[in-house]
Amino acid sequence: MKDRREFLKTALTGAVLLGTQSKLSLADVPTKSTNTGHQDQYTHRIEPGKSRVVIARDPALHGSSGQLDEKRVLDLLDRAIASYTGRDKPTDAWKHILPQGGPDKVIGLKTNGLGGKGISSHAMLAFAIAERLQWAGIKPGNIIIWDRNARDLEACGFTINTDPSRVRCFGSDVSGYEEDGVAFGAAVNVKLSKILTRQCDMVVGLPILKDHSMSGVTFAMKNMYGVVQRPNELHGGGCNPFVADLNCIPAVREKVRFTIGDAMTSVYDGGPGFHPERLWQPNALIIGEDRVALDTTAWQLLERKRAEAGLPTLEAAGRPPRYIATAADPNHKLGFNKPEHINLVEI
Amino acid sequence: MIFRSKHMTTATILIGIVAIAALTGCKKKAIDPFPASGAVSGWEKTGETRIYDAKNLYQYIDGDAEQYISAGVVTTSTADYKYQGTLEAVVDVHTMSAPGGAQKIFDTSRANDAKVAPLGDAGIAFAQSVIFRKGPYLVRIVAYESTPATPQALLILAHGVEAKL
Repeated sequence: MKDRREFLKTALTGAVLLGTQSKLSLADVPTKSTNTGHQDQYTHRIEPGKSRVVIARDPALHGSSGQLDEKRVLDLLDRAIASYTGRDKPTDAWKHILPQGGPDKVIGLKTNGLGGKGISSHAMLAFAIAERLQWAGIKPGNIIIWDRNARDLEACGFTINTDPSRVRCFGSDVSGYEEDGVAFGAAVNVKLSKILTRQCDMVVGLPILKDHSMSGVTFAMKNMYGVVQRPNELHGGGCNPFVADLNCIPAVREKVRFTIGDAMTSVYDGGPGFHPERLWQPNALIIGEDRVALDTTAWQLLERKRAEAGLPTLEAAGRPPRYIATAADPNHKLGFNKPEHINLVEI
Repeated sequence: MIFRSKHMTTATILIGIVAIAALTGCKKKAIDPFPASGAVSGWEKTGETRIYDAKNLYQYIDGDAEQYISAGVVTTSTADYKYQGTLEAVVDVHTMSAPGGAQKIFDTSRANDAKVAPLGDAGIAFAQSVIFRKGPYLVRIVAYESTPATPQALLILAHGVEAKL
């Protein structure tokens, strides 16, 4: 067995083509639900009317030096995906998440490096996902790790690469934004990244769980602020209804089909920037398809931590994440926010 | 006549001062708050200074920008540093339109576990960060790693920044 670090290095340079590259077949993926409208693009509902969210934890994820343990991150990812899909083998599990079309499909991994080096999606997680995508048959060059710009990506620890023979990594500063704005509700003249609109067939969100000075919580849905040209125009009213409206824009709603939330490190107050004095290590991944259920779950985790730390609730602090309920309302139907509709699995 | 001549001279000088002020835009002298490599013991400036104004501050701190804008931020300058070749840190200097703006942001940073730091008009320190205000400036220095040397190293750098404001 090749040294893991060396493996990743070679995989990312395209020298190694992994696994079952030409065998991608999703024939046994459950078909789209044709239900009442809520989360109708989701394929993995275990129970009708419920969305599955998996929280996978590993208390030893950070070693004694405080650094993430690479092998444990991969193991945690595998456990989370296996639990979510009900399939033990990572290759099988990923095939049930990926869209039909095989290795020619382009999969984007949308990270969040806004908070800077100390509180950004971990590169190690993105590399682990890129590796598993290749196991599932996706060509290295059809994997794009992306964010707003080079600075955000470098904050996560990535190196910019546009060579299509390797896993690519670049920001919307390279691809540019659509000239024509799109709209939903209050989110008007939204200019989307061409990485989302023109390059990716499917996007996996890789947000990092954070407190947010305006929206209360930033996780799955708020991560989409990184796909628009001027996110600052969407911050009024505690980002409500803008977060929900943005996620209803067709390209966002339809292409961002899965979230692997990075809750390995988090900031529970003072976010979204890096505040080491308010840093916390939940040592967890929070994954699922229903972005509303994911954000509801993330919000609960954050509130629990804030209570432990003696901090007021986000409501009392004047920044409840109201956009979550908005996203679940009949005008948006992005998913479920009621506990009775969330099948939360903690492993 | 002599009296009138003195008045003329005074008026000319005043006009000259006003003209110079106008030509320089009545701006305060531009300050570079970032100590050069080696100017503060052990600290090296590892990157270019990046400067944002109120309009594009979101590109740097996104949602956080709003609170700075409402407090009257004029510019935010930021630069990366490294201590003894290992400990990385970032220095943010927010220049507000008035001292009250710096105080407003500073006050939101206070916390029970903060230690008072003898910096500027007021300062606090945590294990991995130092925040202080001095006149219209709000300075935040954050280290990316907590080591036994971090608090003292940050204080030294903070004093270096303070001296340049």
